Amino acid sequence: MEEMQEIIKAYVIKEYVEDDTELTNDTPLISGGIVDSFSMVSLKRFLENKYKISIPDDKATPEAFDSVNKICLLVKEYVK
Amino acid sequence: MAYTDKTRRTYSEILDGMKNAGLFKQERYIHSAQAADIEVEFPVGAAIKKVINICANNYLGMSSHPEVVKAAHAGLDSHGYGMSSVRFICGTQDIHKKLEQMVTEFLGTEDTILFPSCMDANAGVFEAVLTKDDVMISDRLVHASIIDGIRLCSAMHDTFKHSDMEHLEEKLQLHNDKRLKMVITDGVFSMDGDTAKLDKMAELCEKYDALLFVDDSHASGFIGKTGRGTHEHCGVMGKMDIITTTFGKGLGGASGGCVSGRRELVEMCRQKARPYLFSNTIAPPVVAGVIKVLEILSASTDRRDKLEKNTEFWRKGLLDAGLIIKAGDTPIVPVMLFNAKLAQDVSRDLYDEGIYAIGFFFPVVPQGQARIRTQISAGHEIHHLEKALEAFRKVGKKYDILGKSKQEIIERYGM
Repeated sequence: MEEMQEIIKAYVIKEYVEDDTELTNDTPLISGGIVDSFSMVSLKRFLENKYKISIPDDKATPEAFDSVNKICLLVKEYVK
Repeated sequence: MAYTDKTRRTYSEILDGMKNAGLFKQERYIHSAQAADIEVEFPVGAAIKKVINICANNYLGMSSHPEVVKAAHAGLDSHGYGMSSVRFICGTQDIHKKLEQMVTEFLGTEDTILFPSCMDANAGVFEAVLTKDDVMISDRLVHASIIDGIRLCSAMHDTFKHSDMEHLEEKLQLHNDKRLKMVITDGVFSMDGDTAKLDKMAELCEKYDALLFVDDSHASGFIGKTGRGTHEHCGVMGKMDIITTTFGKGLGGASGGCVSGRRELVEMCRQKARPYLFSNTIAPPVVAGVIKVLEILSASTDRRDKLEKNTEFWRKGLLDAGLIIKAGDTPIVPVMLFNAKLAQDVSRDLYDEGIYAIGFFFPVVPQGQARIRTQISAGHEIHHLEKALEAFRKVGKKYDILGKSKQEIIERYGM
């Protein structure tokens, strides 16, 4: 879990954070304005490629992607 | 009639909330034609004041150009006031086809379709040419109308960091499995006045077999050596797949817009784009006016050359005065103040000095990026710009921001 959190956090920082905003595993990403809902698609595709999973569109909601911890929980549902 | 007191209160509270948050937009009434010198009533009921306008999109000074006004009059007389129809029923006149051909030639594309506005062009184009099997990859700072158009389209959507070509390439690789990929950008970005790297983008699009879309509303008519737009400036004329642009800025200032580009894509818009299919044709006097604008701009580069010189003079003058501006070479020149209240105060004081320029702050620009956006025109003479610089120096001195760094301004006024 810890390793997954670090991988996802590192991706989010590289992909979306353009200033010195600090990120914790509970920082609200979508509702906090760090990741806009348009840009969620690359996060979803990154997770699918990285963990060899397929996340159904109806599960990839802004709520489910709203923090590193929530994303980890979602990914774990689909990792075999 | 169900507009009850409760309903009225609901909306009043929302509007009050906007006012309290400083987000309520107040219009200023202009009692003259659009030009460098205008007559303004502000606030409502105040005496009319003569001011110099440095915040219009009237880049080439065409809004009230006598030949354009005359052509619009002639168009009104010969082709009437309106067509009372969409294009495909009984709303296409000879002058609409003539304008489409002229725009095609001017922009160096294969075909063009007119829309009631560029907002409508952007609202309709993506849905008309892409499907759910495709992906749109847009710069994170594209104009709001593009974002709305993207929302109306079923294709997947992703973004790349502003003008970051490495990031764009990563995204093109990530989505390489899609049927069609479209890279989407503004030519000149309206808030910062910077220019898209269309040459690099065209290379990447070629490498990854992607379509390239540019909204050149803040460029058509004056960016590039002969004013054809950002694609001319970047040396990639003929490589754009779709250009959308407006006739409401450099190309006349009235209204109307278009999609110009590959023949099949334009035809898809003609068959499928909803704002084209379900709204009236552009009014004949406006069409006649834009035709005249293109005739003037095709015959001579004098106006865009003058705009270039005015822009150099203005940028140098602001820097010499010790103000912070966004780097670039376009006539959109943001004077950075960082703090929203400071931007509003400076705007108000400039108005008292006879200069009309508006403060922009969050949410229109990011938090801590408040500014006065100035826009230069070929309709400005040097004496207009000198007077405006004098006002900036006077107001800048009052707030002690001349020669100060970003850090110093933020320390004093906050973000």
